[in-house]
Amino acid sequence: MILLQNLINALQWGSFYALIALGYSMVYSILMLFNFAHGDIFMVGAYIGFGVASALIALTAMGAFALPSWLILVLTILFSMFLTSFVGMIVERIGYRPLRDAPRASAAITGLMIGIILETGNLILLGAQRVSFPSLISTVTYDLGGVFVTNKKIMIVVVSMLLATALHQFIRHTRYGMAMRAMAFDYVVVPLMGVPINKIAAMTFALGSALAAAAGILFGVAYPVLDPYMGILIGWKAFVAAILGGRGSIIGATLAGFLLGFIEIFVAMIFPSTLRDLIAYSIVLLILVFRPHGFFGEAYSARLRL
Amino acid sequence: MLLSVEALRVSYGNIKALHGLNFEIDEGEIVCIIGANGAGKSTTLKAISRMVPAEAGSRMTFQGKDLLEYAADKVVSQLGISHVPEGRRLFDNLTVMENLQLACFARKDNDQIKEDIQRVFSIFSRLDERQIQKAGTLSGGEQQMLAVGRAYMSGRKVMLLDEPSMGLAPLLMMSMFDALKEINREGTTILLVEQNARLALQFAQRGYVLENGNLVVEGSSEELLENPEVKKAYLGA
Repeated sequence: MILLQNLINALQWGSFYALIALGYSMVYSILMLFNFAHGDIFMVGAYIGFGVASALIALTAMGAFALPSWLILVLTILFSMFLTSFVGMIVERIGYRPLRDAPRASAAITGLMIGIILETGNLILLGAQRVSFPSLISTVTYDLGGVFVTNKKIMIVVVSMLLATALHQFIRHTRYGMAMRAMAFDYVVVPLMGVPINKIAAMTFALGSALAAAAGILFGVAYPVLDPYMGILIGWKAFVAAILGGRGSIIGATLAGFLLGFIEIFVAMIFPSTLRDLIAYSIVLLILVFRPHGFFGEAYSARLRL
Repeated sequence: MLLSVEALRVSYGNIKALHGLNFEIDEGEIVCIIGANGAGKSTTLKAISRMVPAEAGSRMTFQGKDLLEYAADKVVSQLGISHVPEGRRLFDNLTVMENLQLACFARKDNDQIKEDIQRVFSIFSRLDERQIQKAGTLSGGEQQMLAVGRAYMSGRKVMLLDEPSMGLAPLLMMSMFDALKEINREGTTILLVEQNARLALQFAQRGYVLENGNLVVEGSSEELLENPEVKKAYLGA
């Protein structure tokens, strides 16, 4: 029973990690850099979601239109994904594009700086007090023979799996996805195919940021307290998931996100919860000792460069 | 005149690769640049396709347009200049078909694309059989066919070819050059660079000899094949 209960909790945490890890992994695969501001984009997405949801609720209260609360949630997710994708594109345009040919360390430092700017920017804009995410759907708990599942948990897991699948299909079957796969293999010659790589790079940031925003709102639904630093720890953990999945692998990032959720929850089941991260990430470290390229990663050393 | 290059200079850091090249290509021609390893042959092609920046003072015009105003992807999609790079550089993780489709990324003429893909498969029937195979699993000859096919799909006014003979067995080499002749007959102007000077001069109508970043000799293929210095340095006779 406890095992099953924890399984469900692990799936929920895994959903957050997976959605955020996808953004790290996509950007890495086409530009060979980690966007270390990505955790903070998750935070920005959650705040944008907060704004959108509050606005929709206010409009409904004013009688502008009558929307059922589930529809408000769906609209909040879609609209916030759309808005946050622009945040990603701006970060790429201002922060990373000028550094395309610079040493990778410059891009890493820039990413960390952008993260701090987003955090403090939020602090200046909204002040230090936390905001609470509006409760859009009321919690319904189902008792499945002693295992308790809430409608929110089901929703979080289903939505994140749908989004990960949609992304996978997009990359497999569209021409933009094809261009992303080509860039992942050898970005230097991609322009020779008539493909504008800046457009592909911007789109990749947009997609990753949209997924981070979805994660932010789902997080807000489950844990409705938002603060400007909420993206740091979860962002780093999702980064670990991206590494564990294999740099640049979409399936890898998704599965590793869930795996990380499982490891954390089950470690906490056995050991005191204060030791959770210490033990969980020691396990991750151990896995990486034996599989340095992660589960689905390739060794990139053989990759061609002009 | 289709393409004209004037005072083309390119440097990699402090190393000067091209010291001011001047050459021209007319529509429908096959022109080759021969030269030793490191003479600047690949750099010349990369400068035209905007893969490496040309230094200030360099001028390149294509059909009267200033080529330097176009980014690398626009040189392909708007001017129709395609480039088969050194070492083929296929996307090994994509299928044969996907490699060809990616080369049409900026094209909107869907009916023509279908026709062109069929044309590539009729020129290189080996590719037809391998449509859904990953490019990385092809043999060397098939990879070269796909590299040329990809260029055919992306832009067809001019094709820049970097050592198309490299790594091919003599028989395959011959059929590759036959295919290129056919593409040329359909209206594609070809500029190729080759270390294999004899082969290049048999294929091209005109040629230039590149030495240490300077064009030192130019002439018709017959002239170059008879030129004593070219003979001594590049034809091994």
